[in-house]
Amino acid sequence: MTILLDVHGYTKHFTVHHLGRNIPTFSEVSFTLREGEFLLVRGQNGAGKSTLLRCLYRTYLPTSGAALYHSHLGSVDLARAADVDIALLRRHEIGFVTQFLRPRPRVSALEWVAEPLLTDGMAYNQAREFAEAMLSDFGIKRDLWGAYPSTFSGGEQQRVNVARALILPRRLLLLDEPTASLDASARAALTRRLTALKAQGVTLIGIFHYPDEIRSLVDSEIDLQSEALPDVAD
Amino acid sequence: MSQLENLASPRADYAYAFLDPFAKRELRRRMLKAIAIPGYQVPYASRELPIARGWGTGGLQVTLSLVGPESIVKVIDQGADDSVNAANLRRFITRMSGASTTTDTLQATILQSRHRIPEEVMRDGQALVLQVPDPEPLRAVQSDSSKAHQMHADTDYSQMWLVLYEQLVRYKQYLQGASYPSLVNGRYLISPSPIPRWDTPKLHQAAHLTILSAGREKRMYAVPPYTDVYPLEFSDVPFQVEDQRGWIDTVTGALRGARGKFMDEIPQPDGTSRYGISDTGYLEKLIAQMRAASGADAAQNQVGATYYDDEGNFYKHGYLKPPVRPD
Amino acid sequence: MAISSPPFAPIDNPFDPPRLSDTTPLLRADGLVKRYGRIAAVDDVSLDVYAGEVVGIVGESGSGKSSVLRLLNLEELPNAGTYTLDLPDYTGVNLFALDRFARREVTARQIGIVYQNPHLGLRMRYTSSGNVAERLLVTGERAYATLRQAARESLSASEFPLNRMDDPPRVLSGGMQQRVQLAKAIALRPRILLLDEPTTGLDVSVQAAVLDTLKRLQRELRLAMVLVSHDLGVIRTLADRVLVMRGGRVIERGLTDQVLDDPQHAYTQQLVHAKL
Repeated sequence: MTILLDVHGYTKHFTVHHLGRNIPTFSEVSFTLREGEFLLVRGQNGAGKSTLLRCLYRTYLPTSGAALYHSHLGSVDLARAADVDIALLRRHEIGFVTQFLRPRPRVSALEWVAEPLLTDGMAYNQAREFAEAMLSDFGIKRDLWGAYPSTFSGGEQQRVNVARALILPRRLLLLDEPTASLDASARAALTRRLTALKAQGVTLIGIFHYPDEIRSLVDSEIDLQSEALPDVAD
Repeated sequence: MSQLENLASPRADYAYAFLDPFAKRELRRRMLKAIAIPGYQVPYASRELPIARGWGTGGLQVTLSLVGPESIVKVIDQGADDSVNAANLRRFITRMSGASTTTDTLQATILQSRHRIPEEVMRDGQALVLQVPDPEPLRAVQSDSSKAHQMHADTDYSQMWLVLYEQLVRYKQYLQGASYPSLVNGRYLISPSPIPRWDTPKLHQAAHLTILSAGREKRMYAVPPYTDVYPLEFSDVPFQVEDQRGWIDTVTGALRGARGKFMDEIPQPDGTSRYGISDTGYLEKLIAQMRAASGADAAQNQVGATYYDDEGNFYKHGYLKPPVRPD
Repeated sequence: MAISSPPFAPIDNPFDPPRLSDTTPLLRADGLVKRYGRIAAVDDVSLDVYAGEVVGIVGESGSGKSSVLRLLNLEELPNAGTYTLDLPDYTGVNLFALDRFARREVTARQIGIVYQNPHLGLRMRYTSSGNVAERLLVTGERAYATLRQAARESLSASEFPLNRMDDPPRVLSGGMQQRVQLAKAIALRPRILLLDEPTTGLDVSVQAAVLDTLKRLQRELRLAMVLVSHDLGVIRTLADRVLVMRGGRVIERGLTDQVLDDPQHAYTQQLVHAKL
């Protein structure tokens, strides 16, 4: 299996100017990930697990270190790659599933889930079909498809979130507590889907509050040591 | 006689044709420029005349610069030779120049007119001088004259087109009755003076020279002979002239040559209307013809070819198109 | 990458040049400077916009963001800087160096703009459809039926109710007026759309609807958009990348989520955390 991601000495601290302080999170994280592997990220609350994922997705800027990603178009260091390259990777190769849904106010659940397909150029009717299938898969009732996700319960929102994040094929998926607020059946659906994705060769890095459910998928683990400060930004 | 009188020209109270030679020279130069740039508004220094502004001083200055002792001058106002203003102007011109006058369009070498072009086709060698109140066709859409000037320079008439669009949307027809904005030589937009729509096509590819002059606004422009003049119209909603089908001249009735000519509508006390051919010179000829036919007097002046035939067809085929009502 | 620059100096771009994307940017502005008297409203601003992406410019009033937009719309000429579009007929041409007519051609056909104040962008007393049709009239369209059809298409693409297409903007609500502006801006299907605070001042629910229309239009027409706003929510919703401006300079730039979630510059941090 080819190496997809090579992380070396990844470090992140936040510089809060008005406090004049540096807030450390994780530091000197290194790992190598091959295609189709599942890396589980562990650590205490506040250790910087989410931060690590976000530093790989470039929502946060790593302070130092390198993350060499071997995309189909070439190899780039995610820490230093141009914005447009990262935007390109996010569109085609790297996905992120968070626990937080931020849909636009007047967009229905169906449209929200279909949108990545439409942006990718898929015809409306076809995108709609795929979105409907995803929503069913994750147990969202048909009569909610036309409703606005902001009116949904936490669990329903999370399911819509996950559906949208997984609808486009990816090479690398970053999962930040994707099972938060999901009931057992939804968690099972997610596990099924992740299993299928892994079988297709998708590489996964995940933070799971209840790792036992996906234990069978895990190929390697990484444990982040927490720094001393209690008020870490995450 | 003193020595000085022997040497100088005979004393005259006025220069020939009232305007001094410098004025005439400037006006002629401006006319040449106007002819060289068809439709372009040429500014000129408008002279004081014994006639108030707004009464035809622009046209008068052009006529006075063109007139000579051999000229034959016709002056009309709304088609009539005998209106007070026309009579006034004619008398002044002939007094100041010694030129002769006529009511016959075909005889005139200079024809000064307020707001009408005669019905008979004018020929090579004739000059039509139109009196213009406001030379700026863009006045309604752009009151700032320097911006309007810029629009002319850039051939940016999109605002005028927008006005036409709005008219079609609201009223399903072009609203401009007289002074219909027209494009000269494919380049400059002009106001053809407040001639009715009926007369606007007569400017297109004419054999005669047309000069339009505004004395108060101090601008003149020209349509040289054989120059394209097209009223603004959308390609799918053609320009239309006034529909006067069924209007019969009261005096001549359905005489040949009396139909399909521009009529004035004269409301009657009982609510009906009577109609009269606006071009009185032409009407006179028709009446003379009528009398000659019934044996009374010999017909004097020949009735010439007209721009519109009795069925209302314009003499240049294809120029006017059948009406289309826009959705 | 320790950041210790003084508060008002821009951050040097620590990133590599693009390597994966082989396309050149659709719009490139380099070293823009615009002075009014001694004040540099725009002070050495450069930006790239790629086809199909939305670049946001965020800043407080006086930051120069609207001045940048005016320069990009060729409404004014800068004191320095170049501006190029990667389009046939315009490759390698500095738009600022073109003559008045050529500039008018570019702004008419390739660039659309939506102003914050609809009075700036619209003729309030003409019909809404007329406002849209004017763009075609400027570029020489002379068939009435074509004008009507184009107005219909653009207005409905902007989700404007066609039964009101001949109402003048004067009688429309703020949100509807913005939709007319949008329809007018896209009438000739330009490649670039410039928006200056398009939803500021609108009711919140109307804002949401207009933003949604913008997102959909941007995707369907593959527009490159430059969106100026002081509202971080709007930026986050629409922009892929963002520039933070202060005092005429770009003090930070990056992917929208990165700049808003992990701001590096002291000013950006202030701006982000000041959101109520």
